[in-house]
Order: sequence, then C-alpha cells, then structure tokens
Amino acid sequence: MNDYQYDHQTVKGFIVSSIFWGVVGILIGLWISVQMWKPEFNVPPFFTFGRLRVVHTNSLAFGLGIGAIFGISYYIAMRLTKRPLVFPKLARFHLYLFNAAIALAALSLFAGMNQTLEYAELEWPLDIGVVILWVIFAVNIFGTIIKRKDEQMYISLWYIIATVIAVAVLYIVNNLAVPASLTKSYSLFAGVNSANVQWWYGHNAVGFVFTTPILAMFYYFLPKSTGLPIYSHRLSIIAFWSLVFAYLWTGAHHLVYTPLPDWIQTLAIVFTLFLIAPSWGSVINGYYTVGTDWNKMQTHYLTKFFILGITFYGLQTVQGPTQAIRVVSQLIHYTDWVPGHVHMGTMGWVTMTTAASIYYIIPKIYGTEIYSIKAANVHFWLVLIGQLMFSITMWITGIQQGALWKATNADGSLKYTFMEGLVKNYPFWQLRTVAGVIFTVGMLFFIYNISMTIRKGKALAASRA
Amino acid sequence: MAGELYRRPIMFAVVATVVILIGTIVTMFFPMFTEGMHPRLENLKPYTALQLAGKDIYMREGCNNCHTQTVRPLRTEVMRYGEYSKAGEFAFDRPFLWGSKRTGPDLARIGGKYPDAWHYKHFENPQAFFAQSNMPKYGWLQSGKLDPAAMEAHMKVNGFPYTQEEMADLPSKTELDALVAYMQVIGTGVKKAVPVTVAAMAEEKNPLAGDPNAHERGEKVYEKECEACHGDDGRGGIGPRLTDDIWLNKEGDISDGRIYEIIANGTANGMPPYAGQLDKDKIWSLVSYIRHEQHKTK
Repeated sequence: MNDYQYDHQTVKGFIVSSIFWGVVGILIGLWISVQMWKPEFNVPPFFTFGRLRVVHTNSLAFGLGIGAIFGISYYIAMRLTKRPLVFPKLARFHLYLFNAAIALAALSLFAGMNQTLEYAELEWPLDIGVVILWVIFAVNIFGTIIKRKDEQMYISLWYIIATVIAVAVLYIVNNLAVPASLTKSYSLFAGVNSANVQWWYGHNAVGFVFTTPILAMFYYFLPKSTGLPIYSHRLSIIAFWSLVFAYLWTGAHHLVYTPLPDWIQTLAIVFTLFLIAPSWGSVINGYYTVGTDWNKMQTHYLTKFFILGITFYGLQTVQGPTQAIRVVSQLIHYTDWVPGHVHMGTMGWVTMTTAASIYYIIPKIYGTEIYSIKAANVHFWLVLIGQLMFSITMWITGIQQGALWKATNADGSLKYTFMEGLVKNYPFWQLRTVAGVIFTVGMLFFIYNISMTIRKGKALAASRA
Repeated sequence: MAGELYRRPIMFAVVATVVILIGTIVTMFFPMFTEGMHPRLENLKPYTALQLAGKDIYMREGCNNCHTQTVRPLRTEVMRYGEYSKAGEFAFDRPFLWGSKRTGPDLARIGGKYPDAWHYKHFENPQAFFAQSNMPKYGWLQSGKLDPAAMEAHMKVNGFPYTQEEMADLPSKTELDALVAYMQVIGTGVKKAVPVTVAAMAEEKNPLAGDPNAHERGEKVYEKECEACHGDDGRGGIGPRLTDDIWLNKEGDISDGRIYEIIANGTANGMPPYAGQLDKDKIWSLVSYIRHEQHKTK
C-alpha cells in the first residue's frame, strides 16, 4: 500500500509540473499572438517572435504534453497491471530530470540555441537529455508491464507501448547532428533529404505525442469515469493497428509542392486520406460507448470533456487529410489556416482529454471528490468557446490570405502586394488574442479547481493521520 | 491465436515496431539512399564564412518561423517571388530552411533582389518601408560581433572551403553584415530569369498621358511602393533621385516606355521588378507621376 502511495506522489508531481509548464507556454502564446499585430511587443534579443514561438511550442508540447503523458501513463500502467511501478525511485528521478530538462530547454531557446527543425529545436546536449528521459520512461513502463499482475493487456497499454517505441525512433533519427560546439550543431541531413526526415518526424510527433498517448487516456478514463464499457473491442484492435501502420507514411504531406520528389508527396497524401478510417474508428468507439446512455453528458461532468475532445479529434482527422490534397494545400499551405488546424487538436482534443483525465486522477489519489463541479463546467465552456473562436478566425483569415496571394487582375498581374494582404489579417489576429484570453481564463478555473482539490485532499489525509 | 499477442508484451512490442518501421523505411529511410534526395545544382557554391555566419543568425533568431524559403511551382507564386525552387538549390543547407508559415513573404529569391542598403535600412526599421509591417526591428544585430574561432569550427563541420584572410576579416564585420550577406546569396544558385524585353516598349506612349488625374493616382502608388527607396517626391535615397539630370533627359532621352520597362522588369543594379505586383494601369500612373514631379523641378 505504501508503494502505491509513493508512486502516486510521482504521478501527482508530473501532473503539477505539466500544469506549471502549460501556464508558461500559454502565457507566451498570448504574448506572441499580440506580437503578430503589434510588433512593439518584440523585445530583442530574447523576446522576439522568432525566439518566443519556439518556447511556446516546446513548453506546451514537451512541458505540458509530455509531462502529462509521463505522469498519466504511469498512473494508467499501474492500474492496468495492478502493481506499483517496478522502479519507483527511478520514476521520481525521472520527474526531477524532466523539470530540469524543460527549464534548461526554455532558457536555451530564449538564448537562440535553435536547430530550426520544427518541434525538434533543442540543441544536441538537451537532445541527449531528452533521450535519457525517454529511456527511463521506457524501462519503467516495459518493466511494469512485464511484471504485471493482470495477464491481458488493455487497449491503453497498446497505445502507450506504441508511443514509447515510435517517439524513440523519431526523436533520435531527426536530431542526428554533428556538433560544432556545445551550443551549435549542424544536422546530419541536408537539403531535400533533411526536409523529408524532418517532416517524417514532425508529423509523427503529432501522431505519437498528441494522438496515441491521448487515446490511451481516452480509452482508459472514459469507461472508468462513466462506468460504461468500451463499445467494441474488435474495432479498437483494427483502429490501433491501422493507425500505427499508416501514420509513418504521411509526413511528406507537409511538403506538397516543394522540390521533394513527387512520388513521396503522393504516397503521403494517399496514406493521409486513409488515416481517416482508423481515426474515426476511435471516434465511433467513443460515441457508441456513451451512446448507451447519453444522459451522462448532463449527469456526469467529465463525459462532455471526453466527448467534445474526441469530436475535435474526429474533426481534426478529417480536416488534416483534406489539407493534404494538392488543390486544398495550394490555397491554405503557409497561411494562418494551419495554426487554426493545429490548435483545434491541441486546445480541443489534447487539452480537454488531458484535463478530464487529471480531474479523474487527482481526487482518486486523495480518496476525495473534485473541489467544484461548477468550476469544472465553467472551465469547459470557456476553453470550448476560446478554442472555437481561435480556430474559426484562423480558418477565415487563412483562406483569405491564400486567396489574396492568388488573386490576379484582368491583365494577369497580381492584384495584391504582400503588404496589402498582410494588413487584412490584423482584425483576425486581434480576435485570436481575445480567443486566447478566453481560453486562458478557462484554464485558470481548471488550475484553481485542481489546487483546491489537492488542498482538500491533504487536509483529509492529515485528519486521517 | 491473435489474442495471444495482447498477453505477451515483448512480442507485442516487436510486432508494433515492425508495423511502425514499414512506412518509415519506404518513405524516409530508403529514399535517403537514392540520388534524387541529394541533388546539387552545378553553379551552387558553398557558403562563405560571412554568409554562413548570417545563416547561423537566421537560425538563431528563428526567422524560419515567419518566412519560407521555397517557391511553389504555382503561377501566381512565381510571379510574386520568382523562379520556383529547385531540388538542387539546398545541398549546403543543414538542415533545410523552407519553413512552414508565411507571416512575412517568401525569401527563396531575395538574393540580389534589393541592394545591400535596402536590407540594412529594412532590418533597422521595417516600418520605414512598410508602415503596417509586423516585422520586429533587427538593428540591434549591429552591435553583435562575429567570432572567427567559432566560425572556423562551423565551416569545418559543414566542410566548406575558407581562407585565413576570410577569417581575419570577420572581426571587422557585425552580425547584421553577416545576415545581409546571407540574404544576398539566398536562391542565387538558380539564374535569374531574364525578363522578356519588349523591343517596341521604348516607343510606347503613356496611354494615361491625357488623363489629368493620373499623376495623383500614381503618387498614391509611389508612396506605398517606391518612396522608401526613392525618397519624398523622387528626391532619392537608397534608389536614385528621379529628378536629376539623367532623369530629366539631359543626358539622352528616357522615354515613357523605357520608364515603364524599368519599373516592370527592374534593373541589374538593385531595382526589383514590379510587373508581378502592379498592373499596367498602376505602372503607367507611376510614369505619369514621375513625369509630373520632373516637370515641377524643371
């Protein structure tokens, strides 16, 4: 029993840390959203858009995302194997090393140490740190699963295993570089080839950080919190294997109309279209699970987080393949449509599902109830409105940009200069900042609720002792 | 039988690894060993130490977050930026710097488009050129020094040739010098398409010559597109004065058609072409405006 208690401290540590880095990332996100329409908000050398944007993406993908994934995967693994982690002390060390690495990562990015590979910006010494973190995670997850008390491995464990394997391969290969000094390296890959490696990584980082581990949470916490069993085990098997098979073929849809060989682009587009099927396998499984009792949407506050989360996942996985098609790509590629798309996934699917999982875990750890369901509902509506407003404004302005770039006069000359197009983005960029503020306020309700629940739990534990 | 898999974690992990690696091998690993992934244009030159220092700064400042460096083979894109990007242009970029977002314009053909002076002035104050630009100011790079020892290490890792004189010269340059040097070399591996010159153009008369309002319309275009370089009322700056003796035809005739051609196609001395961005009427109205200003100074 004591072991369990100890491991939960590590889980909680990861959750609290990930929330902290989430706050950092979201606030920087707000800042750079203002820089888009007010260049005076750039403060060189450390706080220009070019440096802050990578701090934003890294602190949210690695700090909030990976932090929550480490903690929640440990929680899920312990529950599904019915035993504590095999190396609890290593897990605790993992937590400390994680926070040290993210802090150093943020500082190095402020300082401009940037490999310019999207979502793999960190320089080589930190890359080694990330690999060590991942090895520790892998050892603890695999060790715990091998020593499990329950023979059958549930779906969530499949997704966690796939995540551990895929991220390791992706991260190591894409970061291969020749160091020129402690703070500067040059990629092992050049030109067209480096573009192909990078987007094989970039797209699959989305697949195996923002998809598979989040699906692991979804498949575990949706049935747990609602008490409804997953609708179809067979469907989840098909969805799992086809997803992890097809994802790795699709990276080059980020390089449509670039000098990358055409056959790689086309193959990527085809597999991207195919990906709709396994993605919607999970969406359908989610809907039919709750479909046996839709009242849960009203009566159980977490159900709507999961259902809206999986809905955004469903929309995301239709919109994404649409964007990969050449005729759509040529209109919206390089425009603000793309951040609109990405943020539906991160602010909608990932954050909602992760937050709901945390709402479930924290009271469970302390044997208590959530501090306020009302505050959780306010959180839900604010992040929903903020995210929709963010994505919709960016879609509109993205289509507008693409159309203005392509518009021609009767004599065939271009109708708008670049500046004439840029100026038309300003009202939308301003609205996006407003959307970000609404989302942030929603997240503050979440943080308040979680910290009050922890306080309540601690008081309860003290009174028991 | 298949159900066994979900009770045997090691076998499960092995199968999952194989499934994950198939797409990886076909689309990423295998192509790496084909020639098509390592093309190099014949006249593509390795970066000099100063240019590489500039590229390092471009990476450090995260310029790729707002600027792409790849022109797609789409008609309007080629008109706006120039020749579409070729696979063999990027052999010395480790990694590639194509970017994924155009908050600012594409830079694949920025090399040689403007004179150096344009870049210095623009980096210092982008809003001086485009009042509503959202680009941050980068004049502070002028106080950044270049470190020859570090640059020597960078050149070595890239395998670029360099001379000791080149290295000895670096301390006299600033980070901004390096960045401008890099700007001027981007995309120059591909020869600039020679604009089609219409021989009869020089004979062409301004169709707006009789229009009394044409110069006012031209002034509006001028203020937006030309003034940053050619100054208030054509008094000159980075670009030449448009009311000096040469332009007043004292050293030989410059016809309306010739002015049109210069605006449309640009010059080898740093005047960028505007044919892709301004329609005929706007260019002719500029000709009217220039004539009007010249007339005032006469």
